[in-house]
Amino acid sequence: MSEIDFILNGKEVRVNVDPISRLLDLLREELKLTGVKEGCGEGECGACSVLKDGEIVNSCMVPVGTVQGCEIVTPEGLKETDRGKCIIEAFADSGAVQCGFCTPGMMMAADALLHRHPQPSEAEVREGLSGNLCRCTGYDMIVRGVLLAAERGKGLW
Amino acid sequence: MPVRFSAGRAFRRIPPALGIKGAVCMKSTINTPVKRVDAAAKSSGEAKYLSDLDFPGLLYAKVLRSERARAKILDIAVPELPEGYYYIDKHDIPSEGANQVLMIKEDWPVFADGEVRYIGEAIALVVGPDRQKILDIIDAIQVSYEDLEPAFTMDEALALKGGPIHGEDNIFADYHLLKGDPDDAFSRAHRLVEDEIETGYQEHIYMEPQGVVGTIEEGKITFYASSQCPFYIRKAVAHALGKDLEDIRVKQTVTGGAFGGKEHFPDVMATPVAVALTKIGKPIQLVLDRIEDISYSPKRHPSVVRFKTALDAEGRIVAMDADVLINAGAYESCSLVVLQRAIFSSNSVYDIPNVRIRGRAVATNNVPSDAYRGFGAPQGLFAVELHMSHLADLLGVKADEFRSRYFTKTGGVTVTNGKIKEDVKLPEMLEKIKKASDYDRKLAEYTKGGLKGIGISIFNHGSGFTGNGEQAIIKGVVKMIGQSDGSVDLLVSNVEMGQGLQTTFRKIAAEVLEVDYESVRYNNPDTDLVPDSGPTCASRSIGVVGYLVQECSKKLKASWKPGERAEAVHQYAPPPGLEWDQESLQGDAYPSYGWGINVIEVEVDPVSYEVETKGIWSVFDVGKAIDDKIVEGQAHGGIIQGLGYASSEKLEAVNGRFMQRTMADYVIPTSMDFPSIDNQLVDNPYPYGPFGAKGAGELVFDGAAPAYADAVQHAVGKPVDRIPLSPEYLMEVMSK
Repeated sequence: MSEIDFILNGKEVRVNVDPISRLLDLLREELKLTGVKEGCGEGECGACSVLKDGEIVNSCMVPVGTVQGCEIVTPEGLKETDRGKCIIEAFADSGAVQCGFCTPGMMMAADALLHRHPQPSEAEVREGLSGNLCRCTGYDMIVRGVLLAAERGKGLW
Repeated sequence: MPVRFSAGRAFRRIPPALGIKGAVCMKSTINTPVKRVDAAAKSSGEAKYLSDLDFPGLLYAKVLRSERARAKILDIAVPELPEGYYYIDKHDIPSEGANQVLMIKEDWPVFADGEVRYIGEAIALVVGPDRQKILDIIDAIQVSYEDLEPAFTMDEALALKGGPIHGEDNIFADYHLLKGDPDDAFSRAHRLVEDEIETGYQEHIYMEPQGVVGTIEEGKITFYASSQCPFYIRKAVAHALGKDLEDIRVKQTVTGGAFGGKEHFPDVMATPVAVALTKIGKPIQLVLDRIEDISYSPKRHPSVVRFKTALDAEGRIVAMDADVLINAGAYESCSLVVLQRAIFSSNSVYDIPNVRIRGRAVATNNVPSDAYRGFGAPQGLFAVELHMSHLADLLGVKADEFRSRYFTKTGGVTVTNGKIKEDVKLPEMLEKIKKASDYDRKLAEYTKGGLKGIGISIFNHGSGFTGNGEQAIIKGVVKMIGQSDGSVDLLVSNVEMGQGLQTTFRKIAAEVLEVDYESVRYNNPDTDLVPDSGPTCASRSIGVVGYLVQECSKKLKASWKPGERAEAVHQYAPPPGLEWDQESLQGDAYPSYGWGINVIEVEVDPVSYEVETKGIWSVFDVGKAIDDKIVEGQAHGGIIQGLGYASSEKLEAVNGRFMQRTMADYVIPTSMDFPSIDNQLVDNPYPYGPFGAKGAGELVFDGAAPAYADAVQHAVGKPVDRIPLSPEYLMEVMSK
């Protein structure tokens, strides 16, 4: 067991856990933040995506020990920001949400990619989302949602 | 959201219906997209799926699974278990219950009973508070097997290798269809063309893995399930435990995708947990991890279809003989119905005068095959579309021109000797899609084998349960309550699983009742609170149940006074004019059809044999869209899933074990694998669908694979005869 200090959704947190346990389990089971989902447990699907110091990562592949001193943002944190609200609204308007299981992860990926490309091309959006699998939508409406968020959210990213 | 309801207020004026009984509001704008009611909660992570739910004192379960494809179980050595851990198997089934998962048949046991028929079959459940400890216990259990000779392929099974797995001949179902006089037509044929077409396994890869929680609430056995059919779970659990249906309660949880994979398999998940629950009395969660889900949950039936087609001297098809085989795996589940749909689809949109079709569902020692979007139609349609493309090529006739010669129309005779009742808009749809995709120019310009190709598929999908299921078995009931505050409760057993039903059902009710759709309450079904309107499958939710919602809403509207409470109930009745005999499989197999055309453009890399899709066009007739955006979202999702089926989703069973077991190995499309889709909808209202709507959910999947294969054939200049079209297979084809 180790003491790990990090910033979670803007608040300082200290936990006492096995440092090689998964960040995903810390978030879901200890901290009851169930916005991150386990879709595969092998870093392929992106349903567990969080931002670690601004980078999108699969929390199922992140040992808790490696977040020492980092800023972690989960869907619960992002949804409270203007950027998150903009993405959520754009997803609702573009038809990006069907079963919804991939959607929090898509929201995280959208935020990460808009930070890199505030006015992205369709190709840049598709690349930015390529670590997040969706089985329902065929991706088009999620892509449209990100482009819509970029347009409406000028200045947010 | 507060709603004002008063007798004189019209939220949206609906024009009076035409004077025909059951007629629709032709001028409705119901199709105008609205915000989905569940979009915000899902995006933000607030929506709770099964494994997000907290149950005090929750225990976890893991299945002890067979490691042999076919064997007798001689002995199971279970180590001494620590306090709080349980080993549950067939011996724990209550004496008044049965070791059977009651689905359509009773052949799938809850726990293996002395023998196993596939790798992954459930032998026992280990239950306890710590998941790692449970894994350790499972590792320590020693199962002694006496190996039996397995039959893995359909050929081996039909040859009765190792003796029959099922019955005397390894055949779960064997059907024969006859239309016209094929013997006579074949005897006078000028030329015969044979073809053998294969399709592979496909895994659903719903993003949320399978999961159930069994618990006791208010003294009653209660299940929470990621499920398409809560009433199916109730029936299976009641049967296994020997209880009355009313003693079991099932609540559907927010479901992260299903596609048919959560139609029957939750019954297989829930029944062992139910047995454990009766022993332990504490809440128990069974969730599959992804490797387990891919390895052991049911799959789409692989198929082999052999055609023999007779042509006359002018190159006209005068007769067709099709032999359809589907690989059902170790237990039957719904294979007989999948087979029915597969054979009913094997002439697609074509009215061929003389047809003989034989279909068999074969038992093999593999993971059982089960429901998956399309349900036999993708297999049948793929085969006939590819066969038609081969015939067109052989005869030197343009692909779409050749197919259009055989288009059925109103009054056309189906392979079950029924009649197409509706208007068939294929010629108009073909015009539209050819224009959108520039099909004619590209077909002419891209030389065959020049590595660029354009392909087409034309297909239909019967809405609703195959055969007489609706009136003989389901007899769906919808109930609605108009409350004194102007809000409405919609009580149905159909589930939201991503397809937008939470929104579209509300729209139907709201449009009839002239209220805002957000004032209609429609909760995830709870079997204690809703009538059984039937399962969520077979593209029946909008097409069949949506009509019941429309009619029930009309009844409610007629009796509901402002400020008062009123109830209305409506039960399914078959539309007039349909004739169907389930014994002989003759007549109108489906009350209506969705119709579709897909065009796909590809470019093949001559070095890596990879295929790049350059363009995707689609046009669909689903009667009337209840919401344009939701229907289009379904079209996008179905097409991309179909393209995965055709290209990257290779799933091979070798010696009864899937070779692809992780999401790294089983490859579904990502956002970068396909371009955006150009989709159009054509209106063709069906009088017995809500506002004219017909089923859409599966139709939109059916056409992608054959259009893709047709495009690839054009690009490589050689016929292909199977999917998935892996680079390895293309290399073989191109090097011949």
